[in-house]
Amino acid sequence: MKTRILGFVALTAVAAMTGIGLFVVPADLNQGDAQRIMYPHVASAWLAYLSFGVTAISGILWLWKRDLRFDAVALAGAEIGVMFTAFAIWGGMMWGRPIWGVFWQWEDPRLTTTALLLALYVGYLLLRQLTDDPERRATRAAIVGVVAAVDIPIVHFSVEWWRGLHQTATIGSPDRVLNPAAPMVFVGTLLGMLGAFTLAWGYLMIRRYQLARAEVQREEAARLDRLMSARTAEPAR
Amino acid sequence: MSTLRREAGLAMAVARKDALAELRGRHATVSALFFAAVVLLLFGFALGPDSARLAAAAPGLLWLAVVFAGILAVNRLHLLETEDGALEQLALYPVPRRVIYAGKAIGGFAVMLVLALVVLGAVGVLFAIDIAAAWFPLLVTVVLGAAGIAAVGTFYAGVTVRLRAREVMLPLLMLPVLAPLLLGAVKATAAALAGDPFGELGAWLQLLVAFDVIMIVAGAATYGFLLED
Repeated sequence: MKTRILGFVALTAVAAMTGIGLFVVPADLNQGDAQRIMYPHVASAWLAYLSFGVTAISGILWLWKRDLRFDAVALAGAEIGVMFTAFAIWGGMMWGRPIWGVFWQWEDPRLTTTALLLALYVGYLLLRQLTDDPERRATRAAIVGVVAAVDIPIVHFSVEWWRGLHQTATIGSPDRVLNPAAPMVFVGTLLGMLGAFTLAWGYLMIRRYQLARAEVQREEAARLDRLMSARTAEPAR
Repeated sequence: MSTLRREAGLAMAVARKDALAELRGRHATVSALFFAAVVLLLFGFALGPDSARLAAAAPGLLWLAVVFAGILAVNRLHLLETEDGALEQLALYPVPRRVIYAGKAIGGFAVMLVLALVVLGAVGVLFAIDIAAAWFPLLVTVVLGAAGIAAVGTFYAGVTVRLRAREVMLPLLMLPVLAPLLLGAVKATAAALAGDPFGELGAWLQLLVAFDVIMIVAGAATYGFLLED
């Protein structure tokens, strides 16, 4: 019941912030309406990083405590993180088309880093699907999740260097929105969207966790069932 | 210090076992080398025949070929362990798990180094690049690159070796993780070949060192969990 209330609140908040972002806040002077994409875009990117952090920490906790509930949290984090990453990339491309003139800008380190992030965690999810035993799956996933999380900062720095060691930031990078000089309306809207998205993230995490637990219980029940039927079938042979 | 020396000796024993098996069977090196040669040839067809363009793309082609062939090689090296319960025996060694990781990684490093050096020579010949002029920075880059691929490859081959779909899962998991290494190695190679006009070679080599150290530590810390399962 509490979760349902959270879901309702999150939905209302996202809807309200979408309305504010689209109709209440004035358009950006330089970028026009395209700048409005930045509100959900930055919020998704932040939640993607948060999710992958949760996955890495839950993985370590599984290796340490050997409690499958941590693995369910790790799975929820990875899956929801992949969703928000994909959403962030999509938003970035939609913004890039009118502002940069292209969907994909190789010189933007964030875009390329995020694409690699998506590849890392899609691999993580595929690996999970290929292992049937819940504990093995949890262990393999945990260490792959930890190494992926360790890799993220290296990817970020290398890509940042790669696009040119002596080049100024791309025009209209997301930093500008968080710049203190930016008008308070924009900052307030961004923070509001961040809060609304985080509420939605919390709701999704809880639901995905519950689903993951239910799946594991079903797997366990099915396995017990097979064992029992094998035992009862034996004397008949 | 004595513990470190003892563990290094144990790791070398594991590495020697792998090297010996590789020398006798040549499971990994020969197939990986031919694969790299074919890849280079196809790169030439895809980008050629303009030799100036091929020479400009050569550092990238070199490292792509090394990474692709390296994935094949680490896969073969680990496949060896799945036969006759060898992996279980390895897990029974009464030594710290990081030692086994180090041994496997050193064995992989030796194979990867041979691979990278031969591919470097082939790139020099095929794409008409003077590698002798910058041999020392190139050698450092190759050593650091080979170490990184071996460190990551040993870890991920351990993850995927018992999966049904390991042939596709190994590259899928490894390639995104190797992206920083690819960037650093390509940039360092290009800088070395150009005589380092912007003085950025050192920065790229530092990136490679950082990548290698972090991945070796992460692999050594987590490899034990793989052997247990």
